[in-house]
Amino acid sequence: MSLLVETRDLHKRFGGIHAVRGVNLRVQRGEVLGFLGPNGAGKTTTMRMITGFLEPTDGSAWVDGVNVALDPLRAKSRMGYLPEGAPCYPDMRVEEFLAFIGRARGYRGTELKARVERAIMSVNLSLVRRQTFETLSKGYRRRTGIAQSLLHDPPVLILDEPTDGLDPNQKFEVRSLIRQLGKDRAIILSTHLLEEVEAVCTRAVIINRGTVVFDGTPAEMDAKAPASIKVNRLDHVFRELTTGDVPGGKP
Amino acid sequence: MIARTLVIARREFAAYFATPLAAVFLVIFLFLAGLFTFNIGSFYERGQADLRPFFQFHPWLFLFLVPAVSMRLWAEERRTGTIELLTTLPFRLGELVVGKFLAAWGFTLVALALTVPTWITVNWLGEPDNGVILCGYVGSALMAGAFLAVGACISSTSKSQVIAFVSCVVACFLLLLTGFPAVQDFFNGWAPRAVVEAVSSMSVLTHFDSMVRGVLDARDLLYFISVMVAFLFMNALLIDWKKAL
Repeated sequence: MSLLVETRDLHKRFGGIHAVRGVNLRVQRGEVLGFLGPNGAGKTTTMRMITGFLEPTDGSAWVDGVNVALDPLRAKSRMGYLPEGAPCYPDMRVEEFLAFIGRARGYRGTELKARVERAIMSVNLSLVRRQTFETLSKGYRRRTGIAQSLLHDPPVLILDEPTDGLDPNQKFEVRSLIRQLGKDRAIILSTHLLEEVEAVCTRAVIINRGTVVFDGTPAEMDAKAPASIKVNRLDHVFRELTTGDVPGGKP
Repeated sequence: MIARTLVIARREFAAYFATPLAAVFLVIFLFLAGLFTFNIGSFYERGQADLRPFFQFHPWLFLFLVPAVSMRLWAEERRTGTIELLTTLPFRLGELVVGKFLAAWGFTLVALALTVPTWITVNWLGEPDNGVILCGYVGSALMAGAFLAVGACISSTSKSQVIAFVSCVVACFLLLLTGFPAVQDFFNGWAPRAVVEAVSSMSVLTHFDSMVRGVLDARDLLYFISVMVAFLFMNALLIDWKKAL
């Protein structure tokens, strides 16, 4: 196993708001890390600091042994990133967009074509490849966003809510894809869906008010719930860790 | 490095043609350029074979049209969130800034190139000094570049294209007017002499006018190039600064 993503005491302040307070993450090759937390807990901000979109106020992020702040170009070429909301250029066609990303990643000619084809196939975009983004459903946009992050076959994938807005069938497909990709990569995916943690993640990290409050396997997370809870056990643990008030739980 | 800059330039250039913006801009530009030259500029009545009436209105035409080209450069990326995608791709900041600028400049050069029939007309009607006309075109292209750099820089500060447009018109207007007496008077009362002189030499008009007269002075070239470099540099600083906010 090799360490592919590491954050060391990552902090981010926005004016007076201390959004991320000393987050330490270590993700090895072969791990799919589910990044959980209530809205505004600091998930997206942490991911943005790992990808170099935001500069940490303190601490550092490392991708495949490269310090993101010191050598951003090298770090960025080793990761694929799906930003929150899967932003896209409304007037661009899916194919054109993927070709643009491919060129940005340094591919040309037949290599570029092959990579775009493969990306289109991997998330089933054939039907919409000639459509512009403004005509696409939320699900297709999200899938194009995933395709774009996979184009250069990076060892690290950072996916901000990859299954948000997908229907159950699409969710199933994307989750199988992530499981498969996770075998020889390090993946961090943020999600609100605790079922996703059980379905695809090898590890779960829960962050609340900018601090990590849980780091362990889904099984360990499950074990934290009292035996009396029979259904939605992860939900129970999540609520307990992020709010401290659980109906029928400890005072 | 150049290859990556061109990747950006190519996407941005195509983006102009993906919407009606390109067609609207080109038609309005050509219509107004023709109107100013032939009607208001009395091209025929002057009885002189040159393009002075054509170039003389360019600063005022560019004042409103160039900000329309530059306003979307960064503001749209911020609004749609694609800036996050763009800045996490393996590009250097300079490549993004210059690539976007080159696309916008290339687009205005297309507009300028489409006025070549006017040049042909004046050659057909008489025997103009083509060196002077070429110098005028170079001046016009440089002025458009300077305005675009200002516009790109302003576009990077806002999510709103409307704000970017209006602020850019005002900024370019100031850049045009600094040579005018009213502006000089404003600074005369309180600012040191060096500042007053600096302000007057900052006017786009003075530098453009001498190029339209056919005088290719290194100082004019240097002026336009420094405006472009300064504002593009500021553009990059602003983008980088937002990252640390």
